[in-house]
Amino acid sequence: MGAKHFGARVTRLEDPALLSGRGRFVDDVKLAGVLRACFVRSPYAHARLLGIDAKPALAIPGVHAVIAAEDLPDPMRSEAMPMLLPNPSISALCTQHVLARAEVYYVGQPVAVVIADTRYIAEDAAAAVAVQYDALPAVGDCRDAIEDGAPQAHAALGSNVLSTFQLAYGDTDAVFANAPHIFEEEFWQHRGGGMAIETRAVLASHDAATDLLTVWSGTQTPHIGRRMLADLLGRELESIRMIAPDVGGGFGPKAIFYPEEAVIPAAALKLGRPVKWIEDRREHFLCATQERDQYWNVAIAVDAEAKILGVRGRMLHDTGAFVPWGIIMPYIAAATVPGPYVIPAYQLDTMVVLTNKVPTTPVRGAGRPQAVFAMERLLDRVARELQLDRAEVRRKNFIQPEQMPYEVGLIFRDGKPLVYDSGDYPKGQETALAQAEYESFRERQRAALDEGRFIGIGIGNYVEGTGLGPFEGVTVRVMPSGKVAVATGATNQGQGTRTTLSQIVAEQVGCRIEDIVMTIGDTGAIAQGVGAFASRQAVNAGNSALLAGQSVRAQLVALAARMLGVKESDIDLDNGQAIAETGNKPMIGFGELARLAQGIPGVSLPAGQAAGLEHTAYYTPQQAAYCSGTHVAEVEVDAMTGGVKILRYTVAHDSGRVINPLIVDGQVQGGVAHGIGNALFEWMQYDENAQPLTTSFADYLLPMATDVPTCAIAHVETANPLNPLGVKGAGEGGTIPAAAAIIGAIEDALSPFDVHFAETPLTPERIVAALRAASAYEKLFAA
Amino acid sequence: MSKQPTRVTVNGKAHARIVEARLTLADFLRHELGLTGTHLGCEHGVCGACTVLVDGQSTRACLMFAVQANGREVTTVEGLTPDGGLSVLQQAFVDNHGLQCGFCTPGMLVTLTELLRENPAPSEDEVREALSGNLCRCTGYAGIVKAALDAAQRLRDAAEG
Repeated sequence: MGAKHFGARVTRLEDPALLSGRGRFVDDVKLAGVLRACFVRSPYAHARLLGIDAKPALAIPGVHAVIAAEDLPDPMRSEAMPMLLPNPSISALCTQHVLARAEVYYVGQPVAVVIADTRYIAEDAAAAVAVQYDALPAVGDCRDAIEDGAPQAHAALGSNVLSTFQLAYGDTDAVFANAPHIFEEEFWQHRGGGMAIETRAVLASHDAATDLLTVWSGTQTPHIGRRMLADLLGRELESIRMIAPDVGGGFGPKAIFYPEEAVIPAAALKLGRPVKWIEDRREHFLCATQERDQYWNVAIAVDAEAKILGVRGRMLHDTGAFVPWGIIMPYIAAATVPGPYVIPAYQLDTMVVLTNKVPTTPVRGAGRPQAVFAMERLLDRVARELQLDRAEVRRKNFIQPEQMPYEVGLIFRDGKPLVYDSGDYPKGQETALAQAEYESFRERQRAALDEGRFIGIGIGNYVEGTGLGPFEGVTVRVMPSGKVAVATGATNQGQGTRTTLSQIVAEQVGCRIEDIVMTIGDTGAIAQGVGAFASRQAVNAGNSALLAGQSVRAQLVALAARMLGVKESDIDLDNGQAIAETGNKPMIGFGELARLAQGIPGVSLPAGQAAGLEHTAYYTPQQAAYCSGTHVAEVEVDAMTGGVKILRYTVAHDSGRVINPLIVDGQVQGGVAHGIGNALFEWMQYDENAQPLTTSFADYLLPMATDVPTCAIAHVETANPLNPLGVKGAGEGGTIPAAAAIIGAIEDALSPFDVHFAETPLTPERIVAALRAASAYEKLFAA
Repeated sequence: MSKQPTRVTVNGKAHARIVEARLTLADFLRHELGLTGTHLGCEHGVCGACTVLVDGQSTRACLMFAVQANGREVTTVEGLTPDGGLSVLQQAFVDNHGLQCGFCTPGMLVTLTELLRENPAPSEDEVREALSGNLCRCTGYAGIVKAALDAAQRLRDAAEG
């Protein structure tokens, strides 16, 4: 057996190129004769589209074309984009046309595209395209949208309510009729974005000699994108190659197939020249999908000892103008509420509402941060009302490890019963509390109060369904050079996919990690693929890498045994060589074996030898892998300014067996930063006409290096019994409970003033307003 | 559009071009000179991904026109990279997981190069303050801060050694 890589803190193979300016992002790909694109976008949240006059734009030197909906090829000219993840509760197919026809539904919706010699000229010309609109009433808030007489987000639809559904089990009516204590809360979580630092990007080039259309896109899902594009262009899949090269962050919004990914290839085909479009940041604020934006009204029923009896309520999900990914965020949210707790009865009625805002699709966490916020804030309320410690309230209600596997009583969004495969939630919380020195916090808090400082502590627990199927694939092939080619439909936007899959394959095959040549995010390299979302790649692609690696290992051993004249059990694979002490020669290299297996005319393969030293595995998990964790935030609040400083942040995290702790820690830390943004800063604001108000990084604040502490991270590993590697997903857990823990900590810090918070982001203005409303300043100045 | 002759020394190499007055320095570096290590994340001067050194000072290449760099010396991430290897700072990024997607990384490296030149023994707070003009969405900054402190230590050790 070769070197042990699984579980090792291996530094990343991706790093040297990215550190030296040799990364290859879409805008770094240089093609001869490339033209540049700029989109003409709706300035209205809702309007009828009356006409487009391209003549002023076409008169500008360097402009090659202005393309509107009518200039597109069928079927994309006339048919709306396909919807992924259908759900029977959705009442109307609600996806956009790649270029608007007749009506526009949100500010920024693409109406036409200008193709020119340079981006500078394209932008000049886009401004010169004259578009006539007839403004229609717009709705920008889902609470308004469900009122009688509200403006219709889509003129042709009779209602803004696109879907209603209920997730429930147990007899909530009976529970709530008899419960000793019932506490009700209203929660809201902001709308925010993924805000990858690389914006979206598309480059398309058609080779007339082979009729191959190659599309480079900064996407998380090139295989799905290729399929969508093939449908929209009416081309065969095999005549399209989609490549996601280096991608500068994903976080969910880049999992979506966007109109620009269809229009740019169509333009390249029409003009017979490569065409490139690089989104600018303002476009990203207007047009890249967003998330959260849910209003919850929920109640918890508990007994006198704070044991949960039931949870029930209603949730409004603002889906924006379309549902490209169906209703999975509100669905996931509804299924995530029970979390790590025994809840005998549960009912959540969800309403998905159309507004004239950019669509919502998953952003890191995908509905879970909202659900965890609701559940954890309810438990904080229980602790406050019953005068119990917050950790103790949670302790009383945890599902115990011996109850695993635990059937919650709901169906998850993968269509399978929600059954937690494994986990030790009490141990997770105890680990985090110990590391956070929770027991001594009240002393710290008293000492701080004596100095006039307000510090507080908050807890957030969660269970997260990760590793969703249907599958991901990995091909492993030994090459005549002796190196090992690996191809996968999994993609890489910073998760270290290349490194982790290389660790798994190298260990199985017996080669050096550096001798793995990996192709990621290229539909030309592997037939089937799904891509990066739902923290799914370690489970799906990781196990495929294991299975493909095992198969190639067996092939190597079998062939080497024949060539060296020894038993298979005498063969050891290490460092790219098959070694047998007793053989007719001491070793044979992988390259020589590959040449044999891949065919030398005139030389027969041994009987039973498959061609190629190659195997493709598509691992298909049968259900989600449930990871879990506890976050503890300790904060200081400046009561005079409302400023919040996170003093200390502790995470105990169970993502199953850890492939590479360096990378998992990085995922957790980065996820927490996103959660800090959700809790304190990020807020995509719209006015009453659904006009976006925050379209730059000066208006929409991302967490900075001075805002995010270095987390203390503990791994509580419970191996997933359902997949061979024992892994669970790690990409989103850092974000999910962060807002719950941080807002809980702020409320705790300000407990002398008895102020309560039920929303994110909690900006300084809101904190000061709450303190003012609670007459805090009178108390402070009197003291 | 009016065009102007522009002479810029980039990473020690002199370049003469006739460019549009409105061409940004970032687009000049990327598309005229093919130095695509300098990235654009916001084009309004906040994210810091496009940070380069102009006459040794960290500068947003998206907020400066190429013609304004006439007669000046520009250093990009390519210029910070030794032939056939990585610098001490770059290696510290590898060892401390200072990058994930790598898109903001060139700007981070340029900013930290300036910091470590001016302050060879920065505190963690000073590192964070210096980095506050560079946004990273992936890492939560912990690995970057650690890499900067690690690199500072290694550079001091080497200077003393």
